[in-house]
Amino acid sequence: MATRADYKGQERPTWCPGCGDYGILNALTRALVEQNIAPHEAIVVTGIGCGSKLPHYMRINGLHTLHGRPVPVAQGIKLANHDLRVIVVHGDGDGYGEGLGHFAHEVRRNPNITELVQNNKIYGLTKGQYSPTSERGKRRSTTPQGSLEHPVQPLALAITHGANFVARGYPGQLNHLIDLIGQALQWPGYALVDILQPCVSFNRERAYDYYNERIYLLEEDETYDPTDRNLAWQRAQEWGDRIPIGVFYRGERVAGYELLEPALQKGPLVKQPLSRLNEAQIAGLFDELS
Amino acid sequence: MIENNLTIRIGGEAGMGLESSGAGFGKALVRAGLQVFGLPDFYSRIRGGHNFFTLRVSEKPLYAIENPVHLLLALDMETVRRHIDDMVEGSAVVYDSKDEAPDALRKPGVIFVPVPLTELAREIGGLDVMRNTVALGVATGLLGFDPRYVESVIRDNFAKKGDAVVESNLGCIHAGAEAAAPYQEQFVYRLAAIPDAPRRLFINGTQAFGMGALAGGCRFVAGYPMTPGSPVLIWFAQHAAKYGAVAKHVEDEISAINMAIGAAHAGARAMVPTSGGGYALMVEATGFAGITETPVVIYNAQRPGPATGMPTRTEQADMLFMLHASQGEFPRFLFAPGSVEELFHTGWNAFNLAERYQTVVMVLSDQFLADGFRTIAPEALDFDAVEIDRGALLTDEALEALETPYRRFQVTESGISPRALPGHPNAVWVATTNEHDERGAISEDPQNRTIQVDKRARKLHGAEHEAPALTRYGPDEASVTLVCWGSSYGPVREAVDRLDGAANMLHFNALEPFPPGAEDALRQAQKTVIVEMNATGQLEQLIRVRTGLVMDGAIRKYDGRPFRAAYIIEKLEEVA
Ligand SMILES: Cc1ncc(C[n+]2csc(CCOP(=O)(O)OP(=O)(O)O)c2C)c(N)n1
Ligand code: SF4
Ligand SMILES: [Mg+2]
Repeated sequence: MATRADYKGQERPTWCPGCGDYGILNALTRALVEQNIAPHEAIVVTGIGCGSKLPHYMRINGLHTLHGRPVPVAQGIKLANHDLRVIVVHGDGDGYGEGLGHFAHEVRRNPNITELVQNNKIYGLTKGQYSPTSERGKRRSTTPQGSLEHPVQPLALAITHGANFVARGYPGQLNHLIDLIGQALQWPGYALVDILQPCVSFNRERAYDYYNERIYLLEEDETYDPTDRNLAWQRAQEWGDRIPIGVFYRGERVAGYELLEPALQKGPLVKQPLSRLNEAQIAGLFDELS
Repeated sequence: MIENNLTIRIGGEAGMGLESSGAGFGKALVRAGLQVFGLPDFYSRIRGGHNFFTLRVSEKPLYAIENPVHLLLALDMETVRRHIDDMVEGSAVVYDSKDEAPDALRKPGVIFVPVPLTELAREIGGLDVMRNTVALGVATGLLGFDPRYVESVIRDNFAKKGDAVVESNLGCIHAGAEAAAPYQEQFVYRLAAIPDAPRRLFINGTQAFGMGALAGGCRFVAGYPMTPGSPVLIWFAQHAAKYGAVAKHVEDEISAINMAIGAAHAGARAMVPTSGGGYALMVEATGFAGITETPVVIYNAQRPGPATGMPTRTEQADMLFMLHASQGEFPRFLFAPGSVEELFHTGWNAFNLAERYQTVVMVLSDQFLADGFRTIAPEALDFDAVEIDRGALLTDEALEALETPYRRFQVTESGISPRALPGHPNAVWVATTNEHDERGAISEDPQNRTIQVDKRARKLHGAEHEAPALTRYGPDEASVTLVCWGSSYGPVREAVDRLDGAANMLHFNALEPFPPGAEDALRQAQKTVIVEMNATGQLEQLIRVRTGLVMDGAIRKYDGRPFRAAYIIEKLEEVA
């Protein structure tokens, strides 16, 4: 049985006291333990940002990649070794700004990857510029007159591109977040959990006080049906006085696309013997050329 | 009669099937025991324009094309207009008799052969596009070439499409040959099969590199279409299912290299094939592989830049870019194979070097080398020499026996740290693009920084022997030494042959590490003339930086078209 002690890392987090990333680290660890996944069976692939330092703060395989690029890296890992549980973790600037293209393409491929987004609606590590998910009019160092752009709609975008498990969590509701991450880890294909992560240093107006007043659980809304894709798409864009969290959409349980690769029918690529070509294979190649 | 020594060119608009006719006819000639060099020359468009495929034929090995054309198969009048200047006395132009051949185009001494190419194609095959096959039939007739070789290639190529397609193509060949009969007597060029010739391959650089990489255990390829690099992606996609590899066409080149790094991190031998513009998008991730010490192979088939440049043309102008690409400093290998044999060898060896030195291995090719077909003996692709050496990769047994906590970036004398793959309970670790300590934890400690930079650099300090020695060709002593790299090998080699003792060649296959014997070899030369396909003299600059040596002369070309021996010899008179 995996225990929380197995996941205890050697580094102390460098996050600000009160940062929502602590809750996400905690929730991920507990979800992994609950799912009885051992640290060596999983890999956490992150981008660059405050939250992306997460794998350094637990004991797990980690690959802390480039800003905006954890998503393709994770897909490469999954295609090479689909026995590994691949978990991608990154910020909103990382995945919805620099890496938005990769995100849309990942979703339409449906790899069996769990994606957790530390969405604090701000650039934390570069000291508080507005981000792709900031609401319109955000005044920060690079937008002194207020931002002019509409925010990216990651949940609706994922639903549009064919994601079958789309959820939103909040570290202020820790048990709920643990449960969402657990469901995402159990999902056979691509699963997204966008997380409203309070940044207490650079986005205080979108921190605990703001969310605690507005958040409601979709699970507690009896009229809500998470298998209704159109409804999910609409609800995914609800924002303001009431902010939903929970599972927005739960579609068909389609297995990861890596399992459709002909070469992977015999098992993970890295577990197949790597040997020289045999006589017949060489002869086959020569036949094409003569 | 002039036998087995000529150049055939088939030209027309894009969409007329020139590439398949050129490659197919070339294969038929090779089956007949002849030596063929084939090169497509295409514009970056799908319809219209002017494309052609050149087949130079001999009984001796060939390494490049030459300009005199002896048989021109003109599927349109534009082809005649463009190539009539290259036609020599006694040569023939086959053209479609539905077009008028204006007097202005008729060159004295050149035989004009009107054949209703399109009409015959329509009549026999039911399709206008089969005019290329009729034209190949005319060629067999004029050249007195035994039609069985072309027929056998047609049977193999069209077998999948059914008997009817095979038969109509054969019909086109026969009709073409018949139409040629009245002109055969005037035409002095002939092709005769060599009896009992050994089996040979008709192979281009793309295929040679793909085969080498596959033989070397490459099992993961990610890319994005960009001529002339993507043919390697296509080659792998077409062989992936059969040979147990994964080949992915992904959303962009940034994704491609990051996926390859992910796959390599997990333990697959991974590669990204691209061209210069695509590589430009991979620059940041090159440093990712550098600092995380992940083995990846980058293949760049160059084309003229900057930006979109000339998509279907050739140049050697990405060398210094590749050598310096990405911020910061880290070790890398950079190879510039000059022939299909060297591409094959580099293809497998690159993956061993990447894993042994845990870093980036770059391979430069270009359109001329990637698309140019040579005729070689199967043994020239030495599959017996292929070995798979994964370097300091820890086995499960070694991981089980670990007594101290695993340190992925352990500082060692060689700089190379034992490498675990994620998945074993005794090696749970993090790699990061931040500077890190031996365990992989982020570190900004000044002492650790220096230690890690030195550790990474040290990996290549003992690696000079991995650079193949310069290839010498020609007499030991010569009044001029032609210095070149990459694809210029072929044309320079032919120039050396024709200069018959007056010149020799030194060819660089490796650029990083700089080949250890290069300086001595260059110093011993009486007079050095460097031959490269760029405007700024990139190898010349590299030699000067690494050895202090200044070359005596330079032949540079950057018009997008490959070198020919005759061009080099002509320019040599100006510079030497
Ligand atoms: C290519 C590149 N551009 C810019 C940066 C600088 N940078 C580091 S983190 C960051 C933004 C972080 O924001 P986010 O992804 O939302 O993460 P957070 O810090 O908020 O957790 C930027 C722009 C970088 N590291 N790489
Ligand atoms: S700046 Fe914001 S996101 Fe970054 S550690 Fe501090 S609170 Fe967390
Ligand atoms: Mg952020």
